[in-house]
Formats: sequence, C-alpha cells, structure tokens
Amino acid sequence: MRNKDIRILAIESSCDETAAAVVVNGRQILSNVISTQIPLHTLYGGVVPEIASRKHIERINQVIEQALEEASCTLDDIDAIGVTYGPGLVGALLVGLSAAKAICFAKDIPLIGVHHIEGHICANYIQDVTLEPPFVCLVVSGGHTHLVRVKDYGEYEILGRTRDDAAGEAFDKVARAIGLGYPGGPKIEQKAKEGNPNAIPFPVAKVADGPYDFSFSGLKSAVLNYMNVAQMKGESVNEADIAASFQKAVIDALTGHARRAIHEFGVDKFAIAGGVASNGTLRAAMEQMCREEGVSFYHPDPILCTDNAAMIGAAAYYEYISGRRDGWDLNAIPNLSLGQR
Amino acid sequence: MRILGIDSSGLVASVAIWEDDVIIGEYTTNFKKTHSQTLLPMLDELKHMIELDMETIDAIAVAGGPGSFTGLRIGSATAKGLGLALNVPIISVPTVEALAYNLWGAAADVCPLMDARRNQTYTGVYRFENGEMKTITPQCAVDVGEILDAINQEGRSVIFLGDGVPVFAEQIKEQCRVPYTFAPAHMNRQNAAALCARAREYFLAERIETAAAHRPDYLRLSQAERERLERQEGQA
Repeated sequence: MRNKDIRILAIESSCDETAAAVVVNGRQILSNVISTQIPLHTLYGGVVPEIASRKHIERINQVIEQALEEASCTLDDIDAIGVTYGPGLVGALLVGLSAAKAICFAKDIPLIGVHHIEGHICANYIQDVTLEPPFVCLVVSGGHTHLVRVKDYGEYEILGRTRDDAAGEAFDKVARAIGLGYPGGPKIEQKAKEGNPNAIPFPVAKVADGPYDFSFSGLKSAVLNYMNVAQMKGESVNEADIAASFQKAVIDALTGHARRAIHEFGVDKFAIAGGVASNGTLRAAMEQMCREEGVSFYHPDPILCTDNAAMIGAAAYYEYISGRRDGWDLNAIPNLSLGQR
Repeated sequence: MRILGIDSSGLVASVAIWEDDVIIGEYTTNFKKTHSQTLLPMLDELKHMIELDMETIDAIAVAGGPGSFTGLRIGSATAKGLGLALNVPIISVPTVEALAYNLWGAAADVCPLMDARRNQTYTGVYRFENGEMKTITPQCAVDVGEILDAINQEGRSVIFLGDGVPVFAEQIKEQCRVPYTFAPAHMNRQNAAALCARAREYFLAERIETAAAHRPDYLRLSQAERERLERQEGQA
C-alpha cells in the first residue's frame, strides 16, 4: 500500500505539439495542456523540424506554467518530472528535455526519460483506470505504426511495425495527392464518409518475413497510380471513393494483424493508441473485431490519442515506482527503440 | 548577487558563476559531445565543487544567439528551465558581443568571427573606450568579405577571434588591409565568465527578460521559411 500520492509533471515536445501535464499515480489527470503548431506547419504541407523546434522554445515555459496552475500545484508538490526523450525530431525533443532537466536540477527533483510510444500506450491507463497488463496494443500515428505486446508495466515486445510509411504518413500523402491538404488523417476520414469503401480494390502488401509488419508505401503508390491512369485516360476520379477505399485498405491491414496477435497470444484485452486511433472508422472496425473475438476493447479519447503529456506522465509513473532515474547527461534519441533503456 | 552564465552557442560548452565582481566557478570544454550531454553534468560538478545553493542564484545569463541552432536551443531551454524553477530573470547577451568581451580593454578593435556555414560568418566589430564596450558593427550574418570591407573602411588595427578564424584565415590574409592579429587560446572562444561579466552590465541597465519570454535570436530564418519567402517574392 502506498500512503502518498505521486504527482508527476510531464513534458512532451517530440513533434509539433508543446505539451505539459500533471498526473497523479499514473492514472488521474490534474491538468493536460497542449499547444499545437499544426496551423503553422499547414503552410508547408507538413511538419518542418526547424520551425517546430523554434516554436517549442517560444511556448515551453508558458505550457509548463499553465499545467502547474491548472493542477493547483507548484514545483514543490511534484515528485518527479517525466519527459519524452525519443523517438521524434531531435531538435524538438531537445527543447522539452533540456527544460525538464534544468527544472529537475534546480529543484532537486528526480528526472525520468520516457519513450514516446510507451507514452501513447499508457494513455489507455488514464482512459480506463481498471486496465492492467498484459494486453496487445496497436500504436498508429503520423510517425509510428507498431503492434506491441504489453507484458507488464514497462515491459514491451514489438510484434510488428511498418517497414516504410507510418499509417498516418500514408494518410497525409494520399490526402495531398487528392487535394485534401494537411493534416491528412481527419480530412480523409471526413471525405471517406461520402464515398464507397469497396469502389476501388487497393492492395495492401504483405511482408513475407514479418507476419505482424506493415507496409503502406505500396498502397500509397497504388492510389497515385490509379489517379495517373485516370488522368491519362481523361477520366475524372471520385475523391470520396478513393478516400474511402484507401482508408478501408489501411484499416483491413491493421485489424487483420491485430486479430492474428489476439489469437496467437491468447490475450483478453486489446487497445489502440496514437493520433490515428482517434479515427472513428478505425475505432469502429477494431471494436467490431474485438467483439467477434470476445476480447475487451480499449481506446483513449481523442485528446489522449494526439501527442500529449498526460500519457507521458502515466508512463513515467510506472518507471518512477520501478525505481528508474535518469542522469543529467540524458540525451534526446531520435530513433529510440521501444524497451530500450 | 550571483549570476549563472551558460554558453552553448558553438562547439564550446561553458558555464560560470559570477558573484559580486568575481568569478567563483567556471567550467569550459571544447569537445565533440553534444551540449545535452555536457552542459548540466558540468554545472552539477561546478555546483558541488563550490557548494552552490541554486536558490541563491539571482539571474541566468545565456548566449542569446547567433550560433548553432540546436546549441542555442539547448542553452536557452536550460536557461528557461532554470529561470522557471528558480523564479529568476534571464539576461540574454548577444553571442558575438559576449565573445568580444573576452578581449575587454583591447587597444585594437575586436572582431569575433563565428563559422556560420554557407560561406558566411556571424560577426560584429567592437571597441573599448574608457572601460566601456562600444558597438561599431552590431552582430550580423554576412559573407566574410563584407565584414573585412567594413574593417578596412574603419582603418584601425583589429584582433580576430572565434571558431571562424581558422575557416577564414586565408581570406583575411588576402583581403584585410589593416594590421591584424589573432587572439590566443585562452580568449579566442566562447566563455561563460566573459558572458557573465557582460551580463552584469545588461542587468544594471535593466536589460533583462522573463524566462517565459526568452527566445534565441538566430539572426537567420529557417531554410523552409527562407524558401517560402523567396517563392512569394518570385510570384510578386
């Protein structure tokens, strides 16, 4: 029995959101502040690393101060700081990490580096306070597509990952190709509602030597190819049908792999996480698959799917109670792999 | 009064503590490790060595740019984190000015040259008169030929320093028509002690900012912004 609540201040700046949160015992959010840069990067059709880094440094203190204020906390109430140190854009990561380290140093607070993907998975601990490992989790975002077996708190096995484009990246690229703009995920989902998902049979490549791996670049090429052929023939295309058929192809691949993992590992719980997990059509498909398989389905609210710091606070809590602490030389690791310490 | 100084604008990582006109601790390295791995461990060692209570710091001085974009941000984010935690202001000293302050009192003009890549230098020209530092050319990002023209125009002898010296030595030799020398090793790179001393003057002049408001002055747009502007100008 713990007799004292553990309050973690969490900081996240791995891509285009500057975020800070205060989380109690890894499960309860006191504050969850997100300052997004999306409108700025929209001008460039995607995230520009140098601009993202510059924006982070302009916002970092305000976001941290707001998170403390909304939680009615001062730094003196904080037991540890959890901060994303990878994977992500190195210049962006360094802003949150350097600020976190400096605060810990000045106030003599323990520092805990958190893996961004582990954070996404742990968003489910906040969403459903009864959820406990083991379970299987699919993490899908603009930068990541991972099928992960969560064996215990802080213990992960990667079953599969994308060999090329992340799922969210494929959404962005296809959205650009059919003129929907950035960010592609929500725009494709919206457009797909007007289209027929079975109109065009886009193929999803299977990865021969990795039953749980994904490959989405071929699918993206198939969409581009379909449009080129139509253009050469002088035919008009139905963007809504393309969006719906593309989205279905991605979702079929994701649900297929998830179902296989549920069978193979005999888990009774399945979760999704990451920015693309807020796609309603994907969520509905996963929910149905879980119902068919008789397993419980977990999914975070959209605010916990997008990059946020509350999820980093949840992950940091389990690292904290396991006794892990990081040193002042903790560096940003842009390609940090899951489970690496 | 105590000022904690941080300079990570170039390859050098440097931290120093200024206390009532004396540097009570200073730690400078010029090594390939990233500032993310060196800066705080150095400060930690310094803190232990001089038994520094962080709560006694009154202001954080930081090299405010220009410099390596990533290096500047590591220094700035560190300063901002310290400023937030300790509730103290930040004194942002222009990097080139802090570099020139290494040569306080020099009879010749002082011209720091930082290697800014793309065949440019971050530079400026400074003069010491009656114990005060005067800015002849404010810090800027220019082709090295441009600053040499300005120096030739002034017609006074000059001391060069900075990591741009080895890069531009040939061009200086060809184009500089005034007497010049290169500063020796103990004063030719960024140094947080000089930064702190300069910061003290900023502090007295109330040229301070909140930790939240501080941001580096890069002197350059990002490549994406530059290219976007060029496209817009091309269309106009």
